[in-house]
Amino acid sequence: MQLSNDSLKTSVEFVTFSAGDQSFSLEITQVREIRRWSPVTALPHAPVEVLGVMNLRGSVIPIYDLAARFGLGSTKENPRNVIVVAMHGNQTVGLLVEAVSEILSVSRDEIQVTPDIRSDMARQSITGVIPIEEGMTRVIDLGAVLHPNGRPLS
Amino acid sequence: MMSNPILDTFFEETEELLESLAEGLAAMQSGNHEAEILNSVFRAVHSIKGGAGAFKMTELVGFAHHFETVLDAVRSNALDLNPAIMHTLTRSADFLSNLVEAARSGASISQDVTAGFLAALQQCFGEKQIESVDAWDNFEFAAITLDLNAPPEASIGGDASNAFTITFRPHAALYANGHEPALLIAALADLGAVTTRFAPDSLADWEDFDPTEPRLCWLIDLQSDESETQVQEVFEFVQSICDLTITPVSPHQPADSKVAPDTRTLTGAAPILVTEPIGQPIQPTAKAEAKADDAAGNKGPKATLRVDLERVDRLINTVGELIINQAMIAQRFADMTETTDDDLVIHIENYRLLARDIQEGVMAIRAQPVKSLFQRMSRIVREAADATGKSAELITIGEGTEVDKTVVERLADPLTHMVRNSVDHGLESPEARRAAGKPETGVIRLSASHRSGSVFITVKDDGAGLNRPKILDIAKKKGLIAQDADLSDSEIDGLLFLPGFSTAETVSNLSGRGVGLDVVRNSVAALGGRVSIASIPGQGTEFTITLPLTLAVMDGMVVTVAGDTLVVPITSIIETIRPQPGDLHRIGTDDMLLSIRGRMIPVVDVARSLGFVSKSDKSVAPLLLLVESETLGECALVVDAVQDQRQVVIKSLESNFGTVQGVSAATVLGDGRIALILDPEAIAANRMGSQVPNANFTPIHGRSAHATF
Repeated sequence: MQLSNDSLKTSVEFVTFSAGDQSFSLEITQVREIRRWSPVTALPHAPVEVLGVMNLRGSVIPIYDLAARFGLGSTKENPRNVIVVAMHGNQTVGLLVEAVSEILSVSRDEIQVTPDIRSDMARQSITGVIPIEEGMTRVIDLGAVLHPNGRPLS
Repeated sequence: MMSNPILDTFFEETEELLESLAEGLAAMQSGNHEAEILNSVFRAVHSIKGGAGAFKMTELVGFAHHFETVLDAVRSNALDLNPAIMHTLTRSADFLSNLVEAARSGASISQDVTAGFLAALQQCFGEKQIESVDAWDNFEFAAITLDLNAPPEASIGGDASNAFTITFRPHAALYANGHEPALLIAALADLGAVTTRFAPDSLADWEDFDPTEPRLCWLIDLQSDESETQVQEVFEFVQSICDLTITPVSPHQPADSKVAPDTRTLTGAAPILVTEPIGQPIQPTAKAEAKADDAAGNKGPKATLRVDLERVDRLINTVGELIINQAMIAQRFADMTETTDDDLVIHIENYRLLARDIQEGVMAIRAQPVKSLFQRMSRIVREAADATGKSAELITIGEGTEVDKTVVERLADPLTHMVRNSVDHGLESPEARRAAGKPETGVIRLSASHRSGSVFITVKDDGAGLNRPKILDIAKKKGLIAQDADLSDSEIDGLLFLPGFSTAETVSNLSGRGVGLDVVRNSVAALGGRVSIASIPGQGTEFTITLPLTLAVMDGMVVTVAGDTLVVPITSIIETIRPQPGDLHRIGTDDMLLSIRGRMIPVVDVARSLGFVSKSDKSVAPLLLLVESETLGECALVVDAVQDQRQVVIKSLESNFGTVQGVSAATVLGDGRIALILDPEAIAANRMGSQVPNANFTPIHGRSAHATF
């Protein structure tokens, strides 16, 4: 997500959700749908954050555990967990989160650039933060989440 | 060359005609000299000439005409079909397709080349040359009348009105009874176009003139669709009180002309393939052709439909979903314990059968016989044989074998390469063959068949076989293998597939252009297939391409491994074995060997190879799947249980995730869950590297360990 000057005034909508007791958000244009959790098929040799693959109306989509991806420990099994189905380019993926909170409409100048933090991984995958009532929500760069270090996962 | 749809249609049809030409010539070459075959060959050339004439492709028309003249002479037995003429005919057919190609691309073919082929054709006649020259002079385009817009024209001719000439001379009684000739003529005009003329000779001389006697006589020309009876009905009430003659005349065109010989050309050149010319007078001819051609393995001109490929693919996808949906319903229903509704059982079973039928039907849309592909190869063999000074004959087997359209298209290049190779490298020179006691003409056998869900395409020559010492020598020289490498025969054969390998000492026009069998192997692998070689010294070499039947579904064995459901392609499984404890032998710390029928075969634990935690009870002898792999030969895969055997729809993992080692794709099971499809080849190969720890993932950079796979 680019924060160029001319787009600062326009407002954007985010879907916010919680994972690993933290609030994350994804631009609404990237979100396709929200589904309830259903069992996945594990993939061999997969990193821990890739839980496996699931059937989305005939397509095979990988499910990422967002908490595990940010090093916050694996998401505990809970029937209230949901999957945020998101699009990155032509790629459809599912993100396992604890709960979806709300849809947030903010103007671009409310998004603050991620302060210089120590964690490489967080700095690469979080493009900005938005202050909200309960603290703040972290804006995810989906591409960086799926392809750490700019390298495709395959 | 400007592009217009009619021209495109012409080229598409010319393609088909060239195909039937090649087919006919091949039949002639194999000694079948039936009149029907000669006719079909002649017809093909004639139709190409006709169509080309409509587009003023003079070169093409000129050559086709000479070609046709020779064929006509052969057909009428004026020429004996000796091998020399046969050769000229096949070469001419090749050149004709060159000309068509040139016309399509707007390229020009050198006059000298054309002249050379024309001279070869002339030579067929020897002293009878004059005759053919005459034919050329008399040649007139039938083509003009069978311009590609022909069908509508033909239809106008088809319902051309009947014509009648009516002579009508009313008697006095007619007028006396109150009839009015003008009304009668008006009634005739309702039936069609009427022209009335006065017949002047009907008038008597003035001396004999009797004013009470009517003298008027009309000559009426009627153009009408109605029959003669209909015309007579108009005069029904006046018949006895007038002189009436009704003569039907044939329309300006004799009706027979529509079935004139050229209609054959019409069928060939009609641009709309969707509609069969039902109800057209050509039908009897078409039927007779079809019948005769059936004997020769050709179904004749069939009604076909050109459909956008994308639509078909969309349909195939949807049908895949339907199959999954059907399986889900069936499974749900089977899970319901208290089902006593017999009707529902039958309905669900019918649903399953219907869904399968639809799937088969849809897949068949994409399936094409390999015939067109094989036919192209006969030309390759001819050219390669001419270029190398060898004598070769192509025998094709199983031309009717159907494979996916994509496969047919993408196989053309590798197969061309292999066939060329067989002629160039496989066959010996005629002298060497004679010395070896073989017939001078080498035989290339190209065959296709379906076997257990796979398509097998083999290219076999009866040449000298692979020169293994030479292959080994070259590989060492090129540094492809170590100088002291000690390889088995099949390993040496495998060297041919290495990139940059070419045994041709001189770079010939045919092979050895830097693209080798490795390219062949890669393109076949891209289609999910494999290439293998078998060679017997002195007897020849056989290349076999093994391909999956379709690219979208496959037969799989559903197995359980470490509590997960996996699918193993049936094609790779040789047999399943429940070994006796004494059959398994431990070797090293972790590896096992299976002794079966006196041989030792490596055992691969699928669960471990995939990095799953094996939940199986170690004390129970495992179930083994014996598979054939390229890298290891036979090996045995350990699984916990076999659940089922069924057809599965292949779903790509790459599109949304990436490649996963040991897994070729995924499928959706009856309960809607995903099952991974194993790649036995990769599993077997991975066994080699399993001593190297390969599960050392860190959450973020985890995949690097497999970046090389």
